[in-house]
Amino acid sequence: MNGSALGARVTARGWGWRHASRRQPAVRDVDFDISPGERVLLLGRSGAGKSTLIHALAGVLGGDDEGDGTGELLIDGHRPESARGEVGLVLQDPDSQVVLARVGDDVAFACENLGVARDEIWRRVPAALAEVGLDLPLNHPTSNLSGGQKQRLALAGVVAMRPRLLLLDEPTANLDPEGVTEVRDAVARTLQASGATLVVIEHRVSVWLDVVDRVIVLDPDGGLLADGSPAEVLQRNGRELAAAGVWVPGFPPALPRREPIDPGDRMPLLAASDLSVGRVEFGRRTPSVVNLQIDLDVAVGDSIAITGENGAGKSTLALTLAGLLPPAGGELSARPALADGLGTAPHRWRSRQLLTRVGMVFQDPEHQFLVADVRAELAVGPRALKLSETQVTQRVDELLDRLHLDALATANPFTLSGGEKRRLSVATVLATRPRLLVLDEPTFGQDSRTWEELVALLAELLRSGTAMLAVTHDTDFVEALAERTLRLETPIGALA
Amino acid sequence: MTLVVPDIRASTIARINPVAKLIAALVIAVALLLSIDWVSALVALVLEALLLPFAGLAARQFWLRTATLWVAAPLACLTTVLYGKDSGATLWDTGLVSITDGSLSLGLAIGLRILAIGLPGIVLFATTDPTDLADGLGQVLRLPARFVLGGLAGLRLVGLFIEDWRYLALARRARGVGDSNVIARIARQGFSLLVLSVRRGSKLATAMEAKGFGSDRPRTWARPSSFGYREWWFLALAILIPVIAVVSALLSGTWKFVLS
Repeated sequence: MNGSALGARVTARGWGWRHASRRQPAVRDVDFDISPGERVLLLGRSGAGKSTLIHALAGVLGGDDEGDGTGELLIDGHRPESARGEVGLVLQDPDSQVVLARVGDDVAFACENLGVARDEIWRRVPAALAEVGLDLPLNHPTSNLSGGQKQRLALAGVVAMRPRLLLLDEPTANLDPEGVTEVRDAVARTLQASGATLVVIEHRVSVWLDVVDRVIVLDPDGGLLADGSPAEVLQRNGRELAAAGVWVPGFPPALPRREPIDPGDRMPLLAASDLSVGRVEFGRRTPSVVNLQIDLDVAVGDSIAITGENGAGKSTLALTLAGLLPPAGGELSARPALADGLGTAPHRWRSRQLLTRVGMVFQDPEHQFLVADVRAELAVGPRALKLSETQVTQRVDELLDRLHLDALATANPFTLSGGEKRRLSVATVLATRPRLLVLDEPTFGQDSRTWEELVALLAELLRSGTAMLAVTHDTDFVEALAERTLRLETPIGALA
Repeated sequence: MTLVVPDIRASTIARINPVAKLIAALVIAVALLLSIDWVSALVALVLEALLLPFAGLAARQFWLRTATLWVAAPLACLTTVLYGKDSGATLWDTGLVSITDGSLSLGLAIGLRILAIGLPGIVLFATTDPTDLADGLGQVLRLPARFVLGGLAGLRLVGLFIEDWRYLALARRARGVGDSNVIARIARQGFSLLVLSVRRGSKLATAMEAKGFGSDRPRTWARPSSFGYREWWFLALAILIPVIAVVSALLSGTWKFVLS
């Protein structure tokens, strides 16, 4: 393949960067040479500065007021800021990268900014969409694409720029397995066609193993921990990387011990029969049903996984079972062991009454945060229960310790890393000790260490008699914890 | 249908460059604000009603979008009639409220005026795609792309905010703080939404910057936005509305310049 001449050369000489708001540098003393057309997987534990490095390469780190740089980072001998257009970046969050309202316009956006002539733009746009396998009309609205489609749209916008360096910052972390494959394959195809150099951050190594030909591992204490071919690095540093939270093939996270609880203790908690779930759309009065005829029984100590494709209504079902949305039809009834003296319809319970009965962990932890520091965040639930100050402090301290959040007690929840946010969102729910725990994609974007900790914690709760319902795409998670699986099929005609 | 990709039926008005529509709505509004009299407002309203069918708005959409006007106009009219400045013959008086010739015609003038200014504005924008408007502002009026496209991208986030708002409400209920009174709840939830939207906004800004937005390089526009004879004719027609209205008011002697 003659494409390699089209890739960019990337060099770092003693490069480092300190964000203006932090005392310690995010990255320091980094040295490497990436040849044109090389495909690099960038690894490192969370906080090692991977994102900082990739943002610097994309030229979006900001000027001197955003932080101080040291050393040298060059793309084909130029500073990244002057290499705009040579470099394309795809980020993690699918929702925050769509700029315009229609598919064709969104792909054209980057070309417009680079001053590409109009005729040329409209030649490039369909070609880029075809390359990423997004077979949609140009005027298709961007708002109702799936996560995987949005990421491929972002990639198409970048492909249309014809960059010589492609940068991907965990582009598949928030996607279901199908979306992950779609995006990975689209990237492989575009590299084949363009011969661009690739740098990708991802802690699930297996996703990119067939695409990359080099692995660079950043050391959180400065410099590089490892640099070489994937086989070499994974063999030499595999154990170390796995311990740092990287998903390395052959080093799976430890699975918890599962003890089925005594059948005599399995008191029924919640029963759904012929249940329809749906949501009332903005400006409407009646709910639009997304799934129906659901039957489910939940008892003490049960662990049930809810699976199914995108759009099957899994999240809506979870919100309904958690007493947050009223059923759109059929029956959902709490048994005495859960209702504890209240009526049988969970959605009629008061907010405070839900706390000790059903706890919900949302897909996006940020939706759940209410106050300005971690300690106060954990105290919200116990305070709402009107526990005494000593009891509140006791519960909060216990959770801080158990979920390794003590060092972060005074941090703002929004500034935590993805894994820490997830741990905190689970901890806030545990603080009120609900009998039934409902989780929506609890393992999205988690590194293997957080995953291991989360699974161990949930196993412990199950042993103590808490029941768990989890919406998930994560087959490892299902295997580790679920006793039963409820698979939601997209109802026929639902897409019409 | 969403905020940024509205369902717009092909119509004569829908094809007009949004910049022309914007200018037309402004001209009508400014001209009608110069006087408070019922003749000019009524004439403008009648002329607008004649042109309305060319907008191609479905009846349901028309009433839905202009609903606030149909509530606001009679209300404003009624309060002016009852409490407005009195002059001329007294028709009814209870001491607290009084209706006179003067307050009656003033109320009528205000009610009609709200409709005459509001209707064209709403109808013209109901037939405008925000993307086309941004293209027009950038290419025809040459406003800075940073401002125009930044605004357009921000508009897309509004859809996400609606979704965020619903999740925030559910999350507050799940966290045990959903029982407080409505005002306190909305205030706190509003603050949470603000925090979330700042984060979304800054992520979007990074994504846009990575795509070369905001650099010094001159940018091109993928979608042409042209201002031709059709737009000039439309503008001429739009200007004719206030001209006829003002002349009618002057001839009938009802013209009352607001600054005199």
